[in-house]
Amino acid sequence: MDKSKTYMNSYLAGILLGVFMIAAYYFSGEGLGASGAMKAVVIASVNDINHEYAAKAPYFAARVQNEDKSPAKTWLVFEILGVIAGAILSAALYGRLKLSIGKAPTISNRTRLIAALIGGILFGVGSQLGRGCTSGMVMSGMGVLSLSGFIGLVAIFGGGYVLAYFFRKLWI
Amino acid sequence: MGPLFPTGAIGDELNMLIGFIIGIGFGFLLEAAGFTNTRKLAGVFYGYDFVVLKVFFSAAITAAIGLFLMNHYGLIDLNEIYYPKTFWIPTLIGGFIMAFGFIIGGFCPGTSICAAVTGKIDAMIFVLGAIIGIVGYAFTYEPLWEHLRGTGKMGKVDIAHWMGISDGTFILIMTIIAAITFFAITVIQKRVTAKRDYQL
Repeated sequence: MDKSKTYMNSYLAGILLGVFMIAAYYFSGEGLGASGAMKAVVIASVNDINHEYAAKAPYFAARVQNEDKSPAKTWLVFEILGVIAGAILSAALYGRLKLSIGKAPTISNRTRLIAALIGGILFGVGSQLGRGCTSGMVMSGMGVLSLSGFIGLVAIFGGGYVLAYFFRKLWI
Repeated sequence: MGPLFPTGAIGDELNMLIGFIIGIGFGFLLEAAGFTNTRKLAGVFYGYDFVVLKVFFSAAITAAIGLFLMNHYGLIDLNEIYYPKTFWIPTLIGGFIMAFGFIIGGFCPGTSICAAVTGKIDAMIFVLGAIIGIVGYAFTYEPLWEHLRGTGKMGKVDIAHWMGISDGTFILIMTIIAAITFFAITVIQKRVTAKRDYQL
C-alpha cells in the first residue's frame, strides 16, 4: 500500500491535538492559533518599512509601541515556527514531502490556483474581522467554552454547508 | 498552579521555547491526520471525507474536558488564560467570509501553512492570499472595519452560562452530540464513497 496515502487515525489525532491545546493553556495561557501569527508578521513587516505610519495607524499602533521588542516576537510566531517544523517532520515520515497541486481531477491547475488565491484573501479578511480563524478562535474558543468559538463554528462550518452546492464544481 | 507563564512561574524565553515545541506537536498532528490534503478538507462539505469534523470535535472535547477537570481540581486558573471575548456580529460576518474562503480556497490558515511548507503549491498561493487579505484589511481598517469590529460586544461569555446550564452539563451534551455525529458521518461517508471513487 502507498504510504503517502495513510493517515493517523482521526480520533487519535484529535485527542492528541486536544492534549497539546491543554498544554498550551497550562504552560503559556495561550490558545493554538495560525492567523494571529500571520497578523504578527504583517505588523512587523509594515513596522520595519515605515515605523512612523505604524505607530499612528489604529490597526498597528497597539502592537508597535514597545520599541525594544519586535512585534514578530510573540508566542504565536514561535508556535507557528514549530508548526512548520512539525508538518515537515510528519510529511517526511509519511513520504508526502513533494511539490504538487492538490485539486479535484476535473479542474485545471490554473483554476485551482486562482481559487486558492481568492480563498486565501477572503480567509485573511474574515479572520481579522472575526478575531481569529478556525484554530485560534473556533477550536481554542470551544476548548474554553467561549460563546465566540461556537458562533465562529456555526458561521464557518454552517456557512460552508450553505455555500457548498454553489462551489461543487471545484471539488467533485 | 497554571497557567505557568501568566502567573510568573516561568520566564519569557522558556515560554517561547514551549510555544515552539507545542507548535511541533500541532503541525505534526495536522499533517499526520491528512489536513494538508485540500480535498480531504473539502470532503466535509460533500460527504466523502469527514476527517475535519472528527479531528476538530475530538480535539475541542478533549481540551474542554481536560481544562474543566484541571480547573475543578485547582490546577489551572481559567481567568488567566486566553479567552476569546464575544463580539457576535463581527464574528458571525467574519465567520461567513471565512466560510467563502474555505469552500473556494480549500484551506484555513493553519492547514495552509502546513500544506505550503510540505510542497503544496496551491497552499503556498493560499498563504500568499491570506497575507494579502490581512494587509488589505489593515490598510482599510479605519474606513471599513473599525466600527463593525466593535459591534455586538458581549465580553467574556461562557456558552454554558449563557444557556443557563453548568459547564459540566454543557460538556456532557457536547460529547453526546459529537458521539451521535461521529456515528452519522461514518454512515454518510460509506454511502457517498460507495457511489464513486473521489481519488483523494
